[in-house]
Amino acid sequence: MEWDWQYSSDVLPDLLRGLRYTLTATLLGYVIAVTLGLVWALLRRTPNVVVAQAVRWATEFIRCTPLIPQLFFVYYVLPAWGLTIGSLTAGIITLGVHYSTYTAEVYRAGIADVPRGQWEAATALNLPRSRVWLDVILPQAVRRVIPTLGNYLIAMFKDSPLLLVINVTELLNTAYREGAESLRFLEPITMVGLLFVLISVPASIFVRRLEKRYAAH
Amino acid sequence: MPPTDTEPGSPTADPRVCEAPGVRFEKVVKRFGSTTVLRELDFTVAPGERVTLIGPSGSGKTTILRLLMTLERPDGGLIWVGDDTLWHMERGGGRVPANQKHLHEMRKRIGMVFQQFNLFPNMNVLRNLTEGPMRVLGLPKDEAVERARGLLDMVGLADRIDAHPSRLSGGQQQRVAIARALAMEPKVLLLDEVTSALDPELVVGVQDLLRDIARESDLTLLCVTHEMTFAKDISDRVMMFDQGQIVEEGPPEQIFGEPSEQRTRDFLQAVLAS
Repeated sequence: MEWDWQYSSDVLPDLLRGLRYTLTATLLGYVIAVTLGLVWALLRRTPNVVVAQAVRWATEFIRCTPLIPQLFFVYYVLPAWGLTIGSLTAGIITLGVHYSTYTAEVYRAGIADVPRGQWEAATALNLPRSRVWLDVILPQAVRRVIPTLGNYLIAMFKDSPLLLVINVTELLNTAYREGAESLRFLEPITMVGLLFVLISVPASIFVRRLEKRYAAH
Repeated sequence: MPPTDTEPGSPTADPRVCEAPGVRFEKVVKRFGSTTVLRELDFTVAPGERVTLIGPSGSGKTTILRLLMTLERPDGGLIWVGDDTLWHMERGGGRVPANQKHLHEMRKRIGMVFQQFNLFPNMNVLRNLTEGPMRVLGLPKDEAVERARGLLDMVGLADRIDAHPSRLSGGQQQRVAIARALAMEPKVLLLDEVTSALDPELVVGVQDLLRDIARESDLTLLCVTHEMTFAKDISDRVMMFDQGQIVEEGPPEQIFGEPSEQRTRDFLQAVLAS
C-alpha cells in the first residue's frame, strides 16, 4: 500500500477540524478537572466527617471505573432521567469529572507536603481559616504540584479519542469516518498519530521545564 | 487572673504598672498517646515577668509553650492568660470548652517565635510582617507597612524588606520571625528554642536582639532555651523541669550558681559539657 499524498491533503482540513474538537474537549475538561479536584481535596479535609467520607468514596468510585462506561452513563443513561446533553458537552464533563478525581489526589499530596510549621505559624499569627488556606497553604501546595497537574493535561489529551464512543467528532472519529468512506485508513490514521505527537511532545518538554523550575524551590 | 495564693517560691508581681497579662497553669494535664507529658502542673508567671524554662528534652517545656499558643489541646486543668481561661469560656456560671471565637480572641494576647522560624516562603519579608496585622487586626495597608518598616529597622533588616525568606540566612530569618510576632503586638511572647537551629556565629545577633526586646518591653516572656548565658541575661526567674514537673525554680543566679537539686546540677553539667 503506497502513501497517497493527494488523499492526505484532501483529508487534512477535516482532520484539523476534528483536532479542534479534541483540543476544546481537552482544555475545557482540564479546567473542570483542576477546579473540581481542588474542591474534592478541600472537602475531604472538612471537619464534617460525613461530607469528607462521602467525597472520599465518590471520588474513589469514579477513579476506579473506566472512562468509557462513564461516558455511556452520562450520554445514554442520564437522558432516561430527563437530563439530555449534547455529545461534546457530555464528553467534556465526563472527562473533567473523571480526571478531577486524579487531580484531587495530587492536591491532597501537595497540601500534605506543606510543613506543619506553616500551619503552626499561621495559628500563632491568629490568621482566620480562610486566610490560612488562601494566603499560606494553597500557594505553597499548588506550586509543588504544578508539574504533576501539567502531566494530567497531556494524559487527558491522549484520552480524548475515547469520546468517539459517544460520537464526538474529535480527531480520531473524523479520521475513522474518512477511512470508512474511502476505504483507505493508512493516511488518516497515521496522520492522527502524527498530530498527537506534534502536540504531545512539545507539551511534555514544557512540563519537564516546569518540573525543573518548581523543583528548585 | 484569679486571686493567686502566694505559695512559697512563687514570684510576687512586679509592682510597676504593667499591661501584660500573667499566665497561670492550674493542674494542667497533657498526654500524647499513653505518655503523660504534664501531670497536674501548677505554676504562675506574673504580668511582665520573664521566665526561662530549662530541663532535659521531653521534660514538657516546649509542650507548655505549645499549649499556650493553642497548638496543642490540654487533657485537663486550666490555663489562665490574664483574667480568662485560654481553653475554656464562661457559660451560665460554668465553664465549657472554648469555641473558635474565644480562641481567636485569646490568641491576640500571645505571640510565638519558633525554632525553625516558619516564615511563609511564598511571601516576601514585608508581606510576612503585614499579613497578620492586616488580616487579623484589620490595620490599613499603609499603617501595617509602616509598622513593618519600624520593626525591620529594629531587627536590622530594613534593607531586606523585599527579599524572600529563602534568600535570607538563618539568623536573618529568625530576626524577621521575631519582627513578625511583634507586629501583632502580643502581650505574652513565647520563645521556643529560637537559636537552636542557627549556626553558632549567627546565635549572638539573635540573642542580642531578644535581650534588647526583653529589656525595653513589658512583655510577659516565656522562653525555652539551652543557652544558659542567654537565660541568665533575659530572665527574672528560671524554672527547671523534669518529667513534666518543676524540679526547682528561682532567680537565674541561684539556679545556675547554687542549684539545690541534684537533678538540676546533673542537667546543667550535661548542658555545659556539650
